[in-house]
This record gives sequence, structure tokens and C-alpha cells, in this order.
Amino acid sequence: MEPNRRTLVVDDSRVIRTIVSRALTELGFQPEEAGNGREALERLKQGLLPVVVMIDWNMPELNGLEMVQAVRANPDWEDVRLVMITSENELDRVQTALMAGADEYIMKPFTKEMIQEKLNLLGVPIPAAAAPAA
Amino acid sequence: MIAPVATLEREEFHFIRDFVYKTAAIVIDEDKHYLVEYRLGPLIEREGIRSFRHLVSELRQPTSGPLRSRVVDAMTTNETSFFRDARPFDHLRRAVLPQLIERRRSEKCLTFFFGGCSSGQEPYSIAMILRQFFPELDTWNLRLTGADISSEMIRRAREGVYTQFEINRGLPARLLVQFFEKAGIHWRLSESIRSMVQFEERNLTHPLGLTGNVDIFFLRNVLIYFDQEERRRLLQQVRDGLRSDGFLMLGAAETTVFCNDLFVPVPMEFSNLFHLKGTPNPINLNPCQA
Ligand SMILES: C[S@@+](CC[C@H](N)C(=O)[O-])C[C@H]1O[C@@H](n2cnc3c(N)ncnc32)[C@H](O)[C@@H]1O
Repeated sequence: MEPNRRTLVVDDSRVIRTIVSRALTELGFQPEEAGNGREALERLKQGLLPVVVMIDWNMPELNGLEMVQAVRANPDWEDVRLVMITSENELDRVQTALMAGADEYIMKPFTKEMIQEKLNLLGVPIPAAAAPAA
Repeated sequence: MIAPVATLEREEFHFIRDFVYKTAAIVIDEDKHYLVEYRLGPLIEREGIRSFRHLVSELRQPTSGPLRSRVVDAMTTNETSFFRDARPFDHLRRAVLPQLIERRRSEKCLTFFFGGCSSGQEPYSIAMILRQFFPELDTWNLRLTGADISSEMIRRAREGVYTQFEINRGLPARLLVQFFEKAGIHWRLSESIRSMVQFEERNLTHPLGLTGNVDIFFLRNVLIYFDQEERRRLLQQVRDGLRSDGFLMLGAAETTVFCNDLFVPVPMEFSNLFHLKGTPNPINLNPCQA
């Protein structure tokens, strides 16, 4: 079976969305984008079922933490991996995000390799890599 | 005044190349002129040495010990990360460690050696796995030793303080929360994990003095810097250091081709784990779980 390559990037900064999306594209994924948590939830409700969602913390309308809580409240989305990618870099923030149901956490600034390494940790197959990165 | 820094003449390059080879067995290829300039340029500037020519003549002095070690330091490649390549650590946790622990249950002792441990992420990754997933080991005698030729890396490893960039790489967020605290803009590993690993500034090409009690010898991304002969010599030392049913773990892209008579791969995808030839495959493995 063809592995699921769909991903969703949620950030209110278009620039950041573009950078994250480009990294995911280079890793072989098909990223879609949303400008805040509410938009992202709508995409999920419409049936977009991504392998992983990359989520900023501070966004208008519905922030990243609230979005994580909303996704985790719906068992249909249980298998979707949620990665916070944010400039919030205090320990209690990481803890809060994990308790809300985030699977991983990346602090900005980030690199493509960091994203890849975190996805490896989560066991998400990287389409562009036949074998794990050397 | 410091002269415009420093051009590296052929003879100086050769001197430094031979010096690094003799001291650390690290091979610098003929076309790596730029690498020497790039790595030692900042060093000579910092040390207030006027040129590569002066550096070479200082290195020739028998009293230049500290400078020699800084030059070797600067010529090592220290790239590393927590849970580097992810998958080998998974295999260890799921398959290798549970069986090894079973086998050592009566002695309650495990010995791991990390050759070329750089700034400590590799031994600390294992220490965190042991703490988190095998609580029964709390009463065991665990001996984890990290060794590296670079005094700066050993200093950093002992200190256990990492930048945000470093903890962003490969470290599961759960372990960050559990075992780290913020120290200014950096992150400090907890004493409970730091105290599990001993670090030693050591040259792997010198006799390691291991007495056949090592359960797993980690030698990841180190052999690549050595030539055939030195690789072979080091792997012979590893053989002598291992218990008869112990393991060698190499980096993702490494094999023991030049030492096929000593080691056999454990049939496990992507794990880069080897056992001694002549002992039956000591681990029972399900075919690789992805
Ligand atoms: C690329 S790092 C690998 C770090 C770690 N094992 C990993 O895989 O992430 C290689 C390390 O080997 C060390 N090294 C190189 N030559 C050495 C020697 N002769 N003796 C001890 N360590 C050496 C370097 O200082 C460096 O920290």
C-alpha cells in the first residue's frame, strides 16, 4: 500500500509555513497549510487525514495548544501525530504540550534535519529516504 | 600585529597531516588542505601564533603538549546527536537489552563502552533508556564509559549542558521533560543521568586495557576516520574487550568488511550490530519490526 504522505502545517506566519512545507516536501511528504487552529480543524473535519500535523503555538482564533486538545478529543484522529513547532522554549511549555496530547516538540529555530529526526522518533516513515539518514 | 591569517604551505600541511595521523590515527587526505586551514586557522589566531609556519615549529618542540592536544582537538570531527539514527536505539530497547538483561540476571552487572563518544549524547541516550525503560536495573551495577581523544569534548560530556540546537536534535520531548532542566539559554542533563556515565580522555589507538567484560561496545562513526590497518587493530582490541556473547555497534553506514574474520552481523535490519564470530548468534530476534 502506498504510504500516506499527507501532512498539515499550521502557523499564522506565511513565511514559516512555507519553510516548514518546503522541508516536508523535500522529505517526500505532501504538505497542506492552515493559518490557525480553527482553519486546521476544519480541514481535518473535511476529511484530510494527515500522517502528521506541525503546529505553531501562538496563533489567532485557536492556538496550537487548544488545537492539540481538540484533535485529541476526537478518537477518529488518534493516529495523527502532532508535532509542536514553536518559539516557546521553556520546560513547562513542553510539558503542557505533551500533557495535552502532542507527540513531539521542536523549538524554533529549526532545520529540516530536526524535523526528520523527530519524525524518525515517532516511527513516521520518511518517503524520501529508503533507509534511515546516515 | 598579526599577519593576514595564514596561508598553509605544502610542507606545513604535510607536517600537520603526519602529526595528526601519528597522534590520533586520523587520516587527512591529500586534498583536505582547506580543512586544515579552516580548522586550525581560528586556533592559531586564538593562540596568538603568527602563521602556520610558527605553529609547525612550536609543535616540533618537545614541550608543546597542550598545544598538540588542542591541534588534535581541532582536527577531530565531533558531529553527534541524541538517539542518532533513532532505529538502532529502538532495536536495543526492544530486542537486545531485554535479552541481555535476562542473561545477566544472576550477576546484575552490565558494561558498556562508547569509543569516540564526542560530547556525550550517545552514552547519555543509552543511560536515559536504561533509566526509563528498565527500572529493575536501579539495583544493578551499571558501568558506562565514554572515551574520546578530544579534551574539549570530554569536558563538555562531563558537564552535560547542551544548547537548544542540540536538544532539538533527536531527543524525545518526553525525555527532555523528564531528565533536563533549563540553565539560562541552555539545557542541563540531570545529575541522576550524568552520574551513570564515566568519561575518559583516551586515544583509541592506544591499548584500551579492557579485560573481556564489555557487553556492548559502541563504536559509531569513528572507524571512518582511520585507515584499514588502524581499523583492524582497533577492532581486534574490541574483540579482546568484549564478553564472548557481547556486541559491537557501528554507525549506520559502517561495516566490518576489513574484519570479517572477527565479527558477524546480527541479522537485523538497520541495526549495525555485530557479534563475535564463532559464538552462536546470541540474540533471538524477530525479523525487524519497522
Ligand atoms: C563523528 S564523532 C562520533 C560521535 C558518536 N559516536 C556518534 O556516532 O554520534 C567521532 C568522534 O571520534 C573521536 N575520535 C577520533 N579519533 C579518535 C581517537 N584516535 N581516539 C579517540 N577518539 C577519537 C573524535 O574526537 C569525535 O568526537
